[in-house]
Parts: sequence; structure tokens; C-alpha cells
Amino acid sequence: MKIVVGHLFPEYLNIYADRGNMAVLARRAAWRGHELEVRALGPGDLVRPGEHDLYYVGGGQDREQELIAPALAAMGPALAEAIEDGAAALAVCGGYQLFGRFYRDQSGDELTGAGLLPLHTVAGERRMIGDVLLECELEPGERRTLAGFENHAGRTYLDDGADPLGRVLAGFGNDGESGYEGCRAGRIIGTYLHGPLLPRNPWLADWLLAQALAHRTGGEPPELDPLPDDLEAEAHGVSAERARTRGGRF
Amino acid sequence: MRAPLALEIGLARAAAGLSRLAGTGGGTTLPGKLLWKLDPGAVDRLAARLRDGSAVVSATNGKTTTAAMAASILGGSRRLAHNRAGANLVSGVASALVAARDAELGLFEVDEAALPEIARRVRPRALSLGNLFRDQLDRYGELELLAGRWRAMALELPEEAVLVANGDDPQLGEIASERAAKVRVVFGLDDPRHGSTELQHAADSKWCVRCGTPYEYAAAYIGHLGDFRCPSCGHARLPLDVSARTIELNGLESVSFELVTPEGSRPVELRVPGLYNVYNALAAAALSRALGASLDEIQAGLQGFSAAFGRFERIAVGDRSLLVLLIKNPAGANEVVRTLVAAGAPSLLLIALNDEIADGRDVSWIWDVDFEPLLAGLERLVATGERAAELALRFKYAGLAADAIEVVPSLEDALDRALELTPPGGELAALPTYTAMLALRDLVARRGFARPYWEAAA
Repeated sequence: MKIVVGHLFPEYLNIYADRGNMAVLARRAAWRGHELEVRALGPGDLVRPGEHDLYYVGGGQDREQELIAPALAAMGPALAEAIEDGAAALAVCGGYQLFGRFYRDQSGDELTGAGLLPLHTVAGERRMIGDVLLECELEPGERRTLAGFENHAGRTYLDDGADPLGRVLAGFGNDGESGYEGCRAGRIIGTYLHGPLLPRNPWLADWLLAQALAHRTGGEPPELDPLPDDLEAEAHGVSAERARTRGGRF
Repeated sequence: MRAPLALEIGLARAAAGLSRLAGTGGGTTLPGKLLWKLDPGAVDRLAARLRDGSAVVSATNGKTTTAAMAASILGGSRRLAHNRAGANLVSGVASALVAARDAELGLFEVDEAALPEIARRVRPRALSLGNLFRDQLDRYGELELLAGRWRAMALELPEEAVLVANGDDPQLGEIASERAAKVRVVFGLDDPRHGSTELQHAADSKWCVRCGTPYEYAAAYIGHLGDFRCPSCGHARLPLDVSARTIELNGLESVSFELVTPEGSRPVELRVPGLYNVYNALAAAALSRALGASLDEIQAGLQGFSAAFGRFERIAVGDRSLLVLLIKNPAGANEVVRTLVAAGAPSLLLIALNDEIADGRDVSWIWDVDFEPLLAGLERLVATGERAAELALRFKYAGLAADAIEVVPSLEDALDRALELTPPGGELAALPTYTAMLALRDLVARRGFARPYWEAAA
């Protein structure tokens, strides 16, 4: 099976090793006999709903985010339609903020977001930097952990009734106070965690691949063959330990 | 009441001796920290005493090497206060000032974030800005922020201070353009044969600093460094005052080029490899020239330079040799990879990834390094350090076979294993992050093969 990933603005939003996430998706698809093709979506490109099975958007520095925010916001309606039709999405760090309704900077100016996630972000004084550990339950009864690194000045606030991605076991999370991190809205995952996220959390990569395959086939998300993930588990363990011992501290 | 300066210095020197006696380190920052505590203004007064003033070097990559090259040029004719072991915060500069009793000239490599404060305190006669790449975002913050602080710092430099800037870096060219032509020197490469019109993945300042349009490059040399021009507003590289032409790369051994200055040209053969060392040499040449060095002194000093501590340093370990190549951020690591590959990709590598503050606690940067060109020849990777597993994943997902990767978190065990895999007479290339580099040198020093860093630095 061929999986097509739409990578949003990779030239602008690539600061925290986003290509590590792409490499993990591509290899783990290939090891199961699937081909994964990444198509860059840049300024001026049109999103044609149905073309992509999975969207990815990473983080950028403030300047790059300001340069690209209007183009991303303009893609919002087409992305919403594509996701409504069954595509999945992963938005990390700056991309997570821009998937929300708006980002308000320290001078009070607002960048309009793509409006795909029920949240908004307000720039704070001190950056929240460090290792993070979350507990998630994407599928009922399946509790898993995510280990990553966060580095954000923005405080992200979810709308009433919106679901976070997970509960913070160690680290700051969305705003440093709520005890929650990220946002999950159906097949869209938004999070501050980089590191990059997927190499040390391969279960999430597989969950995304299963959603993408479901979109491609029009069926249910398939069970993927297990892979030898010893190294991934070791890296996850070290990262989780870092979060426990030094995460969430200014 | 403040103690007299001489008393403070005496106390600080005693602390350095105690630090070495206690075996806890080289005393490279302790005396400075003590002095700093006793009297922050002492740094200003010590620097003001230097007969020939001070020169300051900063950059994301190449600070230590550039300063060491400048020391090789200037050290023959002047007594230097130089923080050559790379202790480059205010405390390190203070220590170098305390340690060098009769210094005439201060030569300081300075941490990017500490530069504004140090420039304010030592009031340099000449200041070199080498490059700005993304580096340890968890510690330094974003590039734009740092560039903004450097710009403000440059505006407050003493009026007669010479600003030396890498014109190939758009951010630094912009800072230089705000300075009067007679107190600025712009350097850069002038050999498009070694450039590309495409940018590397790790390129950072890709967008015009004035209007945000992507730059076009007649030649991109390293990351975003090159001969750039904005197709929209016309912002372009400044004319070069000091440049390198006809560059010849000779594998891992050397690089030669024609050094072009307003006073004339000289052929230079550097005993360290790679384009990035040509940049370092140009910065050192332009800085030394601003302090009055002649073209002959510059040529001799550059050719007499071997390697700075842990940066392309060769250490004999019994009947094998260890080549230590510090890696600390994507742009620098890419050049290490490029140089290794150009000399024939090694079949064995020891890579050490730590995540202490000095390494960067966020290890995501390894995913932005173009390690891929190494894969063609690589038969075995010994991955070590506190984040060895993460490093192993980087190579696994790049396509290296799982059975070609050995994860050995203990640095000492990993070094032994990698040396065992190196044939007698052969050379082992080791790529450590900063604290891993210090630990690695310490290990071989304890075995009697390399001098400890405070001695190597003397």
C-alpha cells in the first residue's frame, strides 16, 4: 500500500528535527511492506482533499512562523475537509500552536491559525524548557506514555470540553498549570513534544500509520505487525527518566 | 568596602592552585568565579590594564579554533591573556586575566550569549563575529534573538573598535553594514568551485533579513554562509575586504588557499582540514590585522597552527591513533562529516552523545545533522554517552543495519571496544559532544596518552 504524507511548509517549520519524525514514519511503513511518500506543501500549493493520508506540520522559529502563518491559515478550510474525509494529522510545537485558532504574541498582536484544533495560545514571559513525560489513552483502555522535550514560551489553552493529548507525569505541558499536554481532536494530534517525538515513541508512529492506512483503504485502522523496538524502548526509558528528574523546572 | 585588586587576584590565583591540587579540574574557571563573586568590576579593571587592549572572538562554531589561530599569529610578539581551554563565560575571561600576570594583549573567545556583557566589560579593540547557526535552542534561544542582542552590542562598541564580521552570514553582514567602513572588516570565501547553489538542511538564515524573501545563492559554502542576494529587495553580501581564493582541500590533512587582503595576497597552507577552517583562518587573519599584525606574521602564524583542543586533535593511544572531532550542533557536525567523507568514509566510528548543559539538554539536533553520507562506508558504529540509545536510533532510522550498531553507554567501555576494533597502526575517529570530549580526553590522559587539558592549554 502507498501512504501519502503532506508535509506542511518544511522549508519554514523544521526547527526541532522534524525530519526525524518523517524518517520514522517512512521506515516503519517500509518494514511493513508499505511505501510512504512525502510531498512538501509550500506557500501557493493547494491542498486537494483525498490526496494525502496524513498531514505533518513541525515547529519554526518566531520569524519563520510569522512568515508562514498566513499561508497556513489560508489552507485551514481545505485541511479541515481533508481530515473530515478521514486523513490524520500530527502537529508539533509551533505547528501545534498554528493549528489552533490564534497565537497572541507579547505585544498583543494576533496571528490567525488554521482553526483545526479547539485551542488558542498566548505568549508568556518565561520559556518552558525541559524533558516531558505524558500518559495518554488514544484508544479506550490502552494507556501509553510519551516522552519528549518541550521548549515554548506560548501558553496553550484548550476550549471547554476539548481533549488534551495526555496527562503530564513530569514536565510543564500546555500552560505549566493545567497538568495536561497537547490536544487530540479525532485523528488530529497536536503536541509541544519534540525530541523528535516519534523515534522514542514508536507506538504513536504506528497509530498514525494505521489511521493513514485506514484513509487509504477506506476501512478500519489495521493491526500493524510488531517490530523489534528494543532501542526505541531504551531511548524512551532514558528520556522518561530525564523528565522525572529534571523536567518542569524553570 | 572593597578589597584591593591585588588581594583579590592573589585569592583567585590561590583558588586555581587548590582546584588543580584537589584534582577537580584545571582551575580554568574557579579563580574567575571567585573573583567575579568578590568584585564583578575587577574584570573591567584587569582588562583596562592590558597595554595592547583586548581582542574578542565569538561565533556559534569555530570560536576556540579562531582564537587559537589568532594566538599563533599574535603570541610570538606579545604576551597574551588567552582563555585557550574554552572557558568562555565571564568567569573564564576573568580567570585568564588573573592567570596571565604580565599580559600585554587580551585574546578571548566568548560564548555567544555572554558576548554583550563581556564586550561591555573588556571594551575590545577588535571583535570578530564568525557565524550564527542554530545551536542549543534550549539554552541560547532562537537565532533571531541572539542576532538582535549582537546588533545592540555592536552599536555600543567603543568608537575606534574594529568590527570583523563574516560577510557570508547575512545576519552578520547586516550588523557590519551599520558600522563605519573604516572600523569594520568584512571577510568571506571567494571560490564558487566549493559552493553550491542549493542550501543544506541545516541552513538557518534563509530568509532575507530585510524583507523575508528567500535568498538566492551564487555559492552556498556551509549552511547559509555564502555569496547571497535577495531577489526581491537586493540585500546582498557586502564587498569582501579579506577573502580566500583558490582553495584546495587535502583530505583530513590540510587545506590551502590564497589569502587576499588590502595589503596584498599570500598563499597559506593550514595543517587542519576543511572549508570551516578557512573561515576560522580568515577571521583570525582579519582580527590580527586589525591589531597591527603584518601579512608575513599572519601567514607564518596560520601555517604554524596545528589543532585546538578536541577539535581535530590527534592523540596517539599505544599503537593506534585517536582522532577527536568535537560535534555540538548541526552546522558544525555537518562539516565534520563532510571532511571525513572527503577523506574516504571510515568503516568504524565512535560517537558519544551526552546531554549535560554544555552539550545541550535537548538532543533533537542530532536529527538535523546530515550523517547519511557516512553510511556508505560505515560497517560499525559504537554509540556511547548518556544518550547512546537516541544516537543509535538516529542511525537506525537513517538505514544502518541494526547489527552494525553497538550501544555501549559507558564511555570507557566504548573507547576500549572501538580501539579493539581498530587495527594496530590504524586511526579511530571519535565524534564526541562537548562534555563527552572532555571525558574522552581525560580517559586517555589517565592512561598517560594525552596531557590533561589545563596542561595542554599552557
